Amino acid sequence: MKRIALALFACCSIASADERRSGLLDMRPEAQAMQRDDSMNPGMLWVLDGEALWGRKPTPAAQSCADCHGDAAASMRGVAARYPAFDQASGSAIDLAGRIIQCREAHQAGPPLARESKELLALSSFVAHQSRGLPIAPPEDTGMRAVRALGQRIYNTRMGQLDLSCAQCHDDHAGRRLAGSSIPQAHPTGYPIYRLEWQGVGSLQRRLRGCMVGVRAEPFAYGSSEFIAIEAYLMERARGMALETPAIRP
Amino acid sequence: MARVLLRVPTMTEKGSVIEIRALIQHVMETGYRPNAQGELQPRDIIWTFTCRYGGEVVFNATLSPAIAANPFIAFTTIATQSGPVSFTWEGDNGFAQTETRHITVT
Amino acid sequence: MTISRRVLLAAPGALLLPAPTRADQQKLAAALRDFTGGQPMREGRVRLDVSPLVENGNAVPISVMVETPMTAADHVRRIGVFNERNPQPIVITAQFGPRSGRAFLATHIRLATSQALVAVAEMNDGSFWSQRVEVIVTLAACIEG
Repeated sequence: MKRIALALFACCSIASADERRSGLLDMRPEAQAMQRDDSMNPGMLWVLDGEALWGRKPTPAAQSCADCHGDAAASMRGVAARYPAFDQASGSAIDLAGRIIQCREAHQAGPPLARESKELLALSSFVAHQSRGLPIAPPEDTGMRAVRALGQRIYNTRMGQLDLSCAQCHDDHAGRRLAGSSIPQAHPTGYPIYRLEWQGVGSLQRRLRGCMVGVRAEPFAYGSSEFIAIEAYLMERARGMALETPAIRP
Repeated sequence: MARVLLRVPTMTEKGSVIEIRALIQHVMETGYRPNAQGELQPRDIIWTFTCRYGGEVVFNATLSPAIAANPFIAFTTIATQSGPVSFTWEGDNGFAQTETRHITVT
Repeated sequence: MTISRRVLLAAPGALLLPAPTRADQQKLAAALRDFTGGQPMREGRVRLDVSPLVENGNAVPISVMVETPMTAADHVRRIGVFNERNPQPIVITAQFGPRSGRAFLATHIRLATSQALVAVAEMNDGSFWSQRVEVIVTLAACIEG
């Protein structure tokens, strides 16, 4: 009963879009300025790296991303806003980084891209940047429904030695402070992000991993179905909000 | 080569004061941080940044480990003549990089 | 659905400004002396812009602006920024001249903890001007694994 009530509450809060706010607005003005002005945003260095990789063949015999997809400004516009998506071939959900890994393996015969590698983060940043300013628009297909439901279940499940769920901080106490840091509503609007604490760019899964370690839980593996499910749920929860990649966060 | 993001006006009026911004990808490892084994990671920073305009040094800064990773530096200079503006970063472990942009002064 | 009090630490605890030790102060004073060559330093002309409250000490935007026409007769030769409680007291030093147009410098810096920052400008007449600003740094609570 409690869970149904919670789910209903979650639906209601999604419906009133004005209550949702990007973590961008929770930062102090100086940090916001760092994100808004590309010439000060270090995340742009990863975007530029990605742009160079987009046009480069991973091996002399292979095709570059651009050889198939052409100008990313056109072909990748809006793509990041629709991930994670359902991959018919594997019958499971796939996130944007996963799709890039898959593309590299299947079509470029290049060396595999590791999760959180500089190359994969650069390509992900570049692709996601092509959707900056566009509304998050998760696909409506049925395959994703079960994935999101799993994500929502994990989001509401207490875990770790601190016995906390994502929801307990990011729904129940968003806007309040946790030891000097403000608790955001956890909308994944700007990934990959340049996190000041990391002093570099990282993925949403790295951020989720950080949260799990924070509550003293055993983190899920990079690329795991659990992480992709949470990602899918968070994107649904942020439906309609504008993408910001590369975002700055504390 | 480290990725660089420069904001330099391409065209400007003679005598105007222009603001230049430079961002470069670099870890700026302080030399004060322990690694997972508890040993200090050796210092790896950029320690100098120089801007030359038409061959003449118009700005030079000495950096320290207190400069944030991916160093950002902004400064101004007077647009004197059309010509190349070059930026050089030098640091530990033989790090050296130069980028050049062209300014047209009317 | 309440969060335990242990977890939701209130911010004020992190905001208490620990007093700098005598060693910190001496280190800063020595660095300033190195920069000025022991010349007296006056307050004024220098404006050091930095947020008084910083969420994350890893990249703190600062800028320094000095009141001067930047002419051959009246200009800034050097600007130095110093801190009290990082491992090293020096942050950045930069050279200027009439060709600079303005005595302006902006960068992103690291602050290990709440502390004082001092910006000093050396004018072409050999005088030194400065501004000191106290900054409070609140760091993120969750430690990355």
